[in-house]
Amino acid sequence: MLTIPCPFCGERDEAEFRYGGEALQEIPQAGASDAEWADYLFNRDNPKGLVHERWCHSYGCNQWFQVVRDTVTHRIHAVYRVGEARPVLDDVDGASADTGG
Amino acid sequence: MRGYSFSTVFGRALRGHRRWPAAWRSAEPARAYDVVVVGAGGHGLATAYYLAKHHGITNVAVLEKGWLGGGNTGRNTQVTRSNYFWPQSAAFFERSLELYEGLSRELNFNVMLSQRGILTLAHSHHEMEALRRWTNAIRINGIDSDVLTPAEIGKLVPLLNLDARFPVHGGFIQRRGGISRHDAVAWGYARAASALGVHIVEQCEVTGFDIDQGKVTGVTTNRGSIAADRVCICVAGHTGVLAAKAGFRVPITSMALQAMVSEPLKPCLDTVVLSPVIHVYVSQSDRGELVIGGGADGYGSYAQRGGVPLLEENLAALIELFPAFSRLRLMRQWAGIVDITPDTTPIMGPTPVRDLYVSGGWGTGGYKAIPAGGETMAHTIVHDAPHPLIADFGLDRFETGALIDEGAASGVSH
Repeated sequence: MLTIPCPFCGERDEAEFRYGGEALQEIPQAGASDAEWADYLFNRDNPKGLVHERWCHSYGCNQWFQVVRDTVTHRIHAVYRVGEARPVLDDVDGASADTGG
Repeated sequence: MRGYSFSTVFGRALRGHRRWPAAWRSAEPARAYDVVVVGAGGHGLATAYYLAKHHGITNVAVLEKGWLGGGNTGRNTQVTRSNYFWPQSAAFFERSLELYEGLSRELNFNVMLSQRGILTLAHSHHEMEALRRWTNAIRINGIDSDVLTPAEIGKLVPLLNLDARFPVHGGFIQRRGGISRHDAVAWGYARAASALGVHIVEQCEVTGFDIDQGKVTGVTTNRGSIAADRVCICVAGHTGVLAAKAGFRVPITSMALQAMVSEPLKPCLDTVVLSPVIHVYVSQSDRGELVIGGGADGYGSYAQRGGVPLLEENLAALIELFPAFSRLRLMRQWAGIVDITPDTTPIMGPTPVRDLYVSGGWGTGGYKAIPAGGETMAHTIVHDAPHPLIADFGLDRFETGALIDEGAASGVSH
């Protein structure tokens, strides 16, 4: 069971949220090749460890935001709003790997 | 290899079952192999077996970081079926079911295949229409499949509550679908491959790949470097982790798929029952336990344990459909890490690294594909070109856009 701290509403049960996959995929420039589009649309880092991902508080404020979560321990290390700078993670001792991005 | 037969079992029984020989050889890794297969689950072992059996390539090692069959091969719910929608999937999974039908004889190991039928339920008029379309597609693909009325379903599964919160409007059945014993599939392939000379090395984790000018030349492991002419990755949920070590990305998200078993019961359910919409499937094993599963937990995970919200959802659906099961206790609950692709079709074939192949993206349905997966990967490795059955399953489909959007792959809606 995840307890996700929505940056707008505070800590809520995972059942209120919708998972939106990995964040920080960079949109290709106009004129990008098929391979670059395929990489953007489909390929994922899918790290075993820290991942930046999007969640939507669909049964709350319905806002999208970003979560830094460990995919092995499920521990949430940080949340931040869309447009905010990526948080600097000092405390990653509990993280499963150093794949912070 | 001494064959298993009635006389060997009877003879051993007279001697108190003492000194049965080990079913397969636990090998020390050699310096070099023609082919290294990473992962001793069903797909890895089957690939090694067919390399040796069909192509005479016996200088093969299967490297396993944990223990044989300890990943998703030992964690799935043992369902075999070929009721897929698209022609490419149907041809591939039908080949797999055909191989399952002869597998006990092929491997001289009883995989306990029980073709008890798999029944898919519809809970609304519209769903029933979609299900008829699905059934027709399956029949056009030459695979058995029959639409059933609620009355026929009631007769087939007397314990089912047809007037549930979402009433049963009908369903369809693939009678050749069913269950088998997943451990036996892994052990049977391991034993048969080992007898043909394949090395099975457990507790040997691949930590990297040796790549020279775009061609794989071997693997590094926690037990030293091993040279290989060709390497095949068969590691399910960890496909992305190994791909990253080889320097490329794959369209896979790893998620936890959970399953659970009840305490053992007398025989009460002789069909696999699946409801895509209210999200549960159930069968009864030969030990009498109800084997229950549903969809994957809805976020990326490498933790081999399932979350409570989905567990509750699965069980709520189960007891709505089978009120008689409400008093049962669960004995065990667990999860495996499944590698889900955007179109729920597997990824099989070459990779951006020459002579490095991948068999992954099996998502929530890899168990039923083990025999055909092994057979076609062995062919692909030997000929350095995809087997015709998996020609459309390559990584290149994400670039060309020729996806095989197989909604029937999971059997349940995700």
